[in-house]
Amino acid sequence: MNAADNAIELENVSVRYRAAKIHSFKAALVSGFAAHRKSEFRYGLRDVTLAIPHGEAVGIIGPNGAGKSTLLRVAAGIIPPSLGTALSRGTVAPVMELGTGFEAELSGRENIFFNGALLGCSRAYMRARADDIIAFSGIAASIDAPLRTYSTGMVARLAFAVATAIEADTILLDEILAVGDASFRRQCQARIERFVTNGATVVVVSHELDVVASLCSRVIWVEEARVVADGPAADVIARYRARTASGL
Amino acid sequence: MSTASSFGASHALVRRTVAGEPLRWTSELRDLRAHAGLLYELVHRDLTVRYKRSVLGFLWTMLHPLLLMLIFTVVFATMFRERAPHYETYFLSAYVAWNFFAQTTVNAMASVAWNGPLMKRVRVPQSIFTLSIAISGLVNVGLSLLVLFAIMLVVGAPLHATLWFLPISLLLVGLFTFGTALALTAASIFFGDVREMVQAGMPALLYLTPIIYPISIIPDRFRWLIKLNPLVYIVEIVRDPIYYGILPTPETLGVSIVISLGAVCIGWMIFRHMAPRFHAHL
Ligand SMILES: Nc1ncnc2c1ncn2[C@@H]1O[C@H](COP(=O)(O)OP(=O)(O)O)[C@@H](O)[C@H]1O
Ligand SMILES: [Mg+2]
Repeated sequence: MNAADNAIELENVSVRYRAAKIHSFKAALVSGFAAHRKSEFRYGLRDVTLAIPHGEAVGIIGPNGAGKSTLLRVAAGIIPPSLGTALSRGTVAPVMELGTGFEAELSGRENIFFNGALLGCSRAYMRARADDIIAFSGIAASIDAPLRTYSTGMVARLAFAVATAIEADTILLDEILAVGDASFRRQCQARIERFVTNGATVVVVSHELDVVASLCSRVIWVEEARVVADGPAADVIARYRARTASGL
Repeated sequence: MSTASSFGASHALVRRTVAGEPLRWTSELRDLRAHAGLLYELVHRDLTVRYKRSVLGFLWTMLHPLLLMLIFTVVFATMFRERAPHYETYFLSAYVAWNFFAQTTVNAMASVAWNGPLMKRVRVPQSIFTLSIAISGLVNVGLSLLVLFAIMLVVGAPLHATLWFLPISLLLVGLFTFGTALALTAASIFFGDVREMVQAGMPALLYLTPIIYPISIIPDRFRWLIKLNPLVYIVEIVRDPIYYGILPTPETLGVSIVISLGAVCIGWMIFRHMAPRFHAHL
């Protein structure tokens, strides 16, 4: 397969943090940066190399703190790698956990435009899609109320509706299926499936293994900042289930 | 991403992030231009939140400078009668520039703390939040100047023809402030106490700059000391065309240009150096 067919490429990517952080200027003046420089690294991702071709639906699974969100962030270019190279081809719409850049004081409708702008879309472009977004998110009744009056599920609906309405080439979903109710989850699944059939690339982080199994052809298992397994969905999920069961 | 792509469209947009590679100002500028819509939304959000969509909100922002003007006029107008007739205009014409500088730097630091969660969720040019605060600050300056002109008309202070120079002055003040704000926001992301320190230092800086008093009350042999403060030139370049009705002297203009461009260059260099590690501190 030609490298230009990849939507996302990570090459030896590590994201790391210093264990000892200096939080104040005064502390930096008094004790300097020596302790910080000498402290060991904590890894969010450790030497990860992977490629996701255009049009593939990939699930990412793993326990809390494994590095799943970090992986999505690096893929989306939100954070740079500490080591290695990250590359994305085409437009990317990330939907990270809990409210992708919404403003609590603005109404749901204004937030559609604000969120659209964050994803690089013009007002006119969003206006043409606003009705569809409102209809899909199923919150038409409260669309002109301030966002702070929304429930977590409602915010997630809106975030998902916006990110999937803008027809990005790649869409990254970080644990957003978990917050909606059953009917919304079905709607989301249907929409993600349509996305995949239309040739878009979808990367889903989720703890719901059944959902991942039904949506994705390939699954990447991340644990302790490394890729533990990467392969056909059924295989990797079966191994993950076996591991989690034995670990209990 | 501004060009709406559809499924399977050309994947010409390639975004590569390499470890250890600092931001380039050319790509940041291109990125900002591609996010012009977001810039508009951020400025719009900032102004609507500030003015709470009402005339009352607008008056509220003007109240503070006007109260200061009243107090200082009562206290100093007679004292500086010879050196600064129409003291209210003397004070406000410089205070408008000062207030923009003080508010923008402090608000920009607050805005990064405020928008931290956003910066972890979407990929936007990192300097866009600082830039949006500077732009909404400039809108605010425009409104404050209208209030000042109204006051000048009421008290009979002359409106000079040199006002045409004001946009150039504001451009220089804007550049100086934006550059300073870039450096301070970068530092405040790393160190939580920078914002407090700057906020605490602002009043002292106000008194170190000839805003309330004319620089001529400083004895000649100490004047060079006062003039080490770049804000001396930054307020002078705004006050000259409004209050004195003169164009800035070549010295004031030259120094202003140098320190404005210098502030943007140094501010950007600090910002770009620290930007790749912002996410660890947000
Ligand atoms: N700013 C940060 N400073 C230090 N460690 C961090 C930071 N952000 C994330 N990490 C660490 O990176 C690891 C991966 O986090 P994350 O990708 O959010 O996990 P998850 O798989 O639950 O999404 C975690 O151990 C977390 O503690
Ligand atoms: Mg996560």
